[in-house]
Amino acid sequence: MSDALTMARPSMTLPTMTLPTMTGRSLRLSLRSPDALLTALLLPVMLMVVFVYLFGGAVAIGTSYVEYVVPGVLLLCAVTGAATTAVTVCQDMAGGIVDRFRSLDVPGTALLAGHVTASLVRNVVSTVLVAAVAVGLGFRPHSDPARLAAAFGLLLLFVAAVSWLAAAFGLAVSAPEAANGVMFFLMFLCYASSAFVPVRTMPWWLRGFARHQPATPVTETLRALLAGQPGAQPWGTALWVALAWCGGILAVSVVLSMALFRRRTA
Amino acid sequence: MAGFDVVRDRRQIRRRISLTGQFAALDAAQTGEENLRMIARLAGLPRAAARRRAAELLDQFELTDAGRRRVGTYSGGMRRRLDLAASLAGHPSVIFLDEPTTGLDPQSRLTTWRAIAGLAASGVTVFLTTQYLEEADRLVGQIAVLDGGLVVAVGRAAELKRRVAAQRLDLTCPTPAAFGQVSQILAGRAVHLDPAALTVGVATDGSAAQVRSVLDETDPGRDLVASFAVRGATLDDVFFALTGYNQEVTHV
Repeated sequence: MSDALTMARPSMTLPTMTLPTMTGRSLRLSLRSPDALLTALLLPVMLMVVFVYLFGGAVAIGTSYVEYVVPGVLLLCAVTGAATTAVTVCQDMAGGIVDRFRSLDVPGTALLAGHVTASLVRNVVSTVLVAAVAVGLGFRPHSDPARLAAAFGLLLLFVAAVSWLAAAFGLAVSAPEAANGVMFFLMFLCYASSAFVPVRTMPWWLRGFARHQPATPVTETLRALLAGQPGAQPWGTALWVALAWCGGILAVSVVLSMALFRRRTA
Repeated sequence: MAGFDVVRDRRQIRRRISLTGQFAALDAAQTGEENLRMIARLAGLPRAAARRRAAELLDQFELTDAGRRRVGTYSGGMRRRLDLAASLAGHPSVIFLDEPTTGLDPQSRLTTWRAIAGLAASGVTVFLTTQYLEEADRLVGQIAVLDGGLVVAVGRAAELKRRVAAQRLDLTCPTPAAFGQVSQILAGRAVHLDPAALTVGVATDGSAAQVRSVLDETDPGRDLVASFAVRGATLDDVFFALTGYNQEVTHV
């Protein structure tokens, strides 16, 4: 019996071996909640329409508003998509399934990374959708393939960072309803940045915050990469600031969520 | 455990044990087949082997028809069976089952019992806790009786029964008043009390001398006991004799 057992089992369970299985699971779970999926896909499109047609007429920035707002909507789309990670992680912790994974010696990193990878896949789909709608509404990127790829890469890095942050949040709260709250926090970061209106139009006390938070440099960099739009800072600086923010959030969130996971399962 | 040191070889041991709690550890939004395939993969089986293992387990637990449905649509009994099947996906050598049949319908209970008996027969060590002493009697080799968290007795079912007494003497009283008196006289010694049937049971070795002395002691006036019967002890008797309260039983 023991010979057969040894043969049936590998010598080590590494995250790299369980990650594809855990990602497949997270993606299947995403597909099985069509309402959440529909919200994640339709909300950014509706926001795009709202900003371009409802608010766009009132915002005078010296260029067509759709050109200005597309990076912002892409960012908003990214945070709403990433925020669902908090809910799914929280649901996993509340149910018995985490005990099953633990008894199978699945590392906590694999479980969380599976959710984050699924979030990246979902966001690729919704980003493409939002970009297609933007083009339909008159957005024309003045860019080249290399810059488009760089913009896409930065957006994915941002999604990975906020997804891990959302995962940490999902581990910190006890109810999935509360986990959803991270979305409002992240949306506020987008609204109080240069994503939708130039920072100079904001009241003085908000400008300091708006200039020194992650959403602004990410938006500015996207804007510069996609169109070289007015309002963009010298974009080299914005890029490094954006990368530093994303890298920092990513590193802190991964470490934090591992610590929280250990505490929750201890 | 399973030839490994519990502290030093923690990872090796995790790979060889399997735990099934009282609540199903499954994804409700995945189908039964998907759950089993995922768990088999996580247990280290290659893709094709995981698919075969899932089909095998669905068949063993009579869930083949339900395998393509989401677990969310399953009845409680089906979920518990799938949960148990999931515990077996990676061929564990030691299995912990926490009240595997609590709240199951008779059909599911029989299927589960059959599976557990089959596992034990195949050389897997099964650790199970239960409140059903019938279950322990049927399935279990070594029994440990727990009272308030302490092991109060360990042994095979037959040994435990013998320890308390091989047999039980049931005294049936003619009136509730007589039942009250008899149970008072035998207070502390009774292993069985059934007010509805007016029956009090005490442990006995079955000898005529002992039966006579119990009758003389409880019924000197010859009007408190209407009839008596001597029967083989059940695990329930063992349990009440050992604990006096309704506690949990663990067995190996």
